[in-house]
Amino acid sequence: MILYVLRRLAAGLVLAVLVTMITFALLSTSFDDVASSIVGSGATPDLVQDQKAQLGLHRPLFAQYLDWLSHAVRGDLGLSYFTSEPVRSAIAARLGVTLSIVLAALLVTVVISVVLGVLAATRGGAVDRIAQGVSMLGYLVPNLLIAIALVYVLAIELRWFPATGYTPLSENPARWVSTITIPVVALMMSGVASLTSQIRGAMIGELRKDYVRTLRTRGIPTRSIVLRHALRGAAGPALTVLSLEFIQMLGGALIIEQVFALPGFGQYAFNASLQGDIPIIMSISLFGVLLVVGVNLVVDLVNGWLNPKARILS
Amino acid sequence: MTELTTEPGSAVPVRRSPLRKLLKDPQAVISASLLLAVILLGLLSPLFTDHGPNDASLDAVNADAGTHGYLLGGDESGRDIFARLLASIDTSVVSALIGTSIALAIGVTFGLVGGYFGRRVRGVTEWVFSLVMTFPGLLLLIVLLPVTDGDYRATMLIFGVLLSPGIYRLVRNLVLGVKNELYVDAARVSGLPDRRILRRHVLSVVRGPVIIATAFLAGSSIAVQSGLAFLGVGSSSVPSFGAMISEGFANLYEEPLQFLWPSLMLGIITATLVLLGNSLRDVLEGGRPKPSRISAPERRPITPSSETSVSAPGLLTVEDLAIAYPTPSGELTEVVSGVTLSLEAGQTLGLVGESGSGKTQTAFAVLGVLPSEAVVTRGSIRLDGRELLGLSEGQLRGVRGTSIAYVPQEPMSNLDPDFTVGAQLVEGLRAATPMPRRQAREHVLALLDRVGIPDPERTFTSYPHQISGGMAQRVLIAGAVASRPALLIADEPTTALDVTVQAEILDLLRDLQKELNMAVLLVTHNFGVVADICDRVAVMQQGRIVETGDVLDLFTTPRHAYTRMLLDSLLDEHALRTDRPAANTLKTDTLKTDTLEKEAR
Repeated sequence: MILYVLRRLAAGLVLAVLVTMITFALLSTSFDDVASSIVGSGATPDLVQDQKAQLGLHRPLFAQYLDWLSHAVRGDLGLSYFTSEPVRSAIAARLGVTLSIVLAALLVTVVISVVLGVLAATRGGAVDRIAQGVSMLGYLVPNLLIAIALVYVLAIELRWFPATGYTPLSENPARWVSTITIPVVALMMSGVASLTSQIRGAMIGELRKDYVRTLRTRGIPTRSIVLRHALRGAAGPALTVLSLEFIQMLGGALIIEQVFALPGFGQYAFNASLQGDIPIIMSISLFGVLLVVGVNLVVDLVNGWLNPKARILS
Repeated sequence: MTELTTEPGSAVPVRRSPLRKLLKDPQAVISASLLLAVILLGLLSPLFTDHGPNDASLDAVNADAGTHGYLLGGDESGRDIFARLLASIDTSVVSALIGTSIALAIGVTFGLVGGYFGRRVRGVTEWVFSLVMTFPGLLLLIVLLPVTDGDYRATMLIFGVLLSPGIYRLVRNLVLGVKNELYVDAARVSGLPDRRILRRHVLSVVRGPVIIATAFLAGSSIAVQSGLAFLGVGSSSVPSFGAMISEGFANLYEEPLQFLWPSLMLGIITATLVLLGNSLRDVLEGGRPKPSRISAPERRPITPSSETSVSAPGLLTVEDLAIAYPTPSGELTEVVSGVTLSLEAGQTLGLVGESGSGKTQTAFAVLGVLPSEAVVTRGSIRLDGRELLGLSEGQLRGVRGTSIAYVPQEPMSNLDPDFTVGAQLVEGLRAATPMPRRQAREHVLALLDRVGIPDPERTFTSYPHQISGGMAQRVLIAGAVASRPALLIADEPTTALDVTVQAEILDLLRDLQKELNMAVLLVTHNFGVVADICDRVAVMQQGRIVETGDVLDLFTTPRHAYTRMLLDSLLDEHALRTDRPAANTLKTDTLKTDTLEKEAR
């Protein structure tokens, strides 16, 4: 078990190295532009070259990457080209905002999808139509439009929630909840859509399996058959969808943060990318991969716990 | 479970071409024509507008809708909203084209490669695509802004790459499926080069799902492009819904309509793409599965005749039972029509017939576990004088386990793969006979020992995939007899097992029957099994009982032609099995092929 986790973590680290390496290679095509925008107006080719030399961008690409990597491993993510602010502390401060909306959205997505999917698969009729309607809505309407519609109705018209801004959880839990409510709802819609229909489909398939009939003939209550047995069988594929949803949400959070003016990871990444702030961009991609690796590991562990066959295979 | 799907008498549905079906589907027609209209509007925009999308005029700043030459008015910078809206359609179309074509080109190519070539090549492609999949798409697009310089076409190029893993997996799985199928066929036919067949088959298999996926890919390309433009990525001279929404959003209080138009248009485009995709899926792949409730079978108002009939003595009496399934057109087709059976305590009744004759359906009806679509149209099922038809699932639960129990055909699929053997047996035992967990555990261990499992402790903690088919069947028998039922219904309990194990399982059933004085209803197609274990036998054909009698009488003097045919086939079956491969299924005689198929499994 521990060996398995270690092996997965090692694979994750290899992935992180690869992705950052590729990112760096792609970014290298823009080094001239970055340097010239730091120099500002009146940049001459000579000044740009000087600036590149000063930032160390003139060295061989691989040497630069190794240099970045060796610092990153020691926790030194460098300074911002433009503000000279240390990248590590800046990211640490913003990661909390992004994670609180993404994880909250993920949690709510799971709860709603499981309830709706299971009810739709077992009750049919009106509940099933509602579940399919919700899925449809989530697929049909882009996240962005949902976010704006929610802001318009809930924040501007009804004034139930603040339209923008963020209060940290540690400062005021109640305000934290109210500032992240609309972003979370907007973020989770497409996740709820795909996860609900996934769980519905998997539950229908599971409930048609032979073992369900055999369990019934033993006099086992329907509730146990549905929630203990069938749901467990349906959970594997749903978890895979969930981990993909997490990746989606991490991306979706960028737009949502912009709409709601949340001081998160996404906004930071966005501004850095517009400016070409290489150290920040590299750190962002590193954190992005590490988050995904972490969530996938958790998903795999949960899956192994639920599904004994996956345990053997891994 | 072949009996569930074969409905005797139901006609083969008429095949219609997918395009024809699509044209009959209002959702497909409406969404496709709406989409087409929008695209045409975008392509022909110069015909509809007087201004270019970037022409600014001071007169037109926040102009009202309908102002001369400005159909939807002007925006904050004095540009024609209508012209920008139509130009944004073009941007979306280009985005969708770039995103989907890149995703399809990469995904389909490597999907074919990964599916067709051996394990090693697949390993590499697999790894590369899971690498791509790990990356949060939007984040990467933003991270690479310095590289793409905000040009939406370059961005969509990268997004196409990010979308490709989905297509890759889809195509790879389809190709693998075809390949495996062909290998099975090739083994049968032997000697045909499968490369050529594969090429031909793959195309027809891959086409449908890829068309469906394309609609969704186009939708997400457009959504992402708009999202990025909303954030302010890209040149402001490229009109885009995202940019228009963002500008309108900022201007929401003064001119709410400026925000409405682009949102509406973006909503229409993505919605029509998704709806079209769903219609395509329904047409090309068949409808989505319908939920099935876990409940006692639906029962039509009972015909008075069966109420008045004198109930025969005996443990189980089935009278005039009829079961029907709705056809796609809504009518009911009977699969069991008027079955009458009776079984006394301690007796064994064989229910014999070919598959599709309704014997399994009859057994399920007694257990109350018919599929939810099934309707019991008439008849009565009494256990110890108590009518079972019409009982709710909850009431039936009290009967199951203690009074009736069930041993299925396929041992493996009838155990929940996610629970240990012990946990399943303990749960079943405690559901039927409430007792402390520890006592239940002791009881189950003793039962496992009784049914001939060599190491009960180990089997108790094993998962179903860790034990053999024969062991699994013993486990299921243990589960069935755990609460000492009065009636055991065994549905082809030996069919799925090795020949060597079959006899042992029959011996076990016989011994347990004597020990517990159970009545056994044994569903089988095999007269050998009947001769071995049954006292009486009922022969079923096409949903009816054609002959009932003592085993000896029936074997020596079969009265019905069908019984004689079945008895003859018993000899045929053995003759065939020795000199022909099991997979050889010649359609000479439905009965023979049926038994062969069952043996082959």
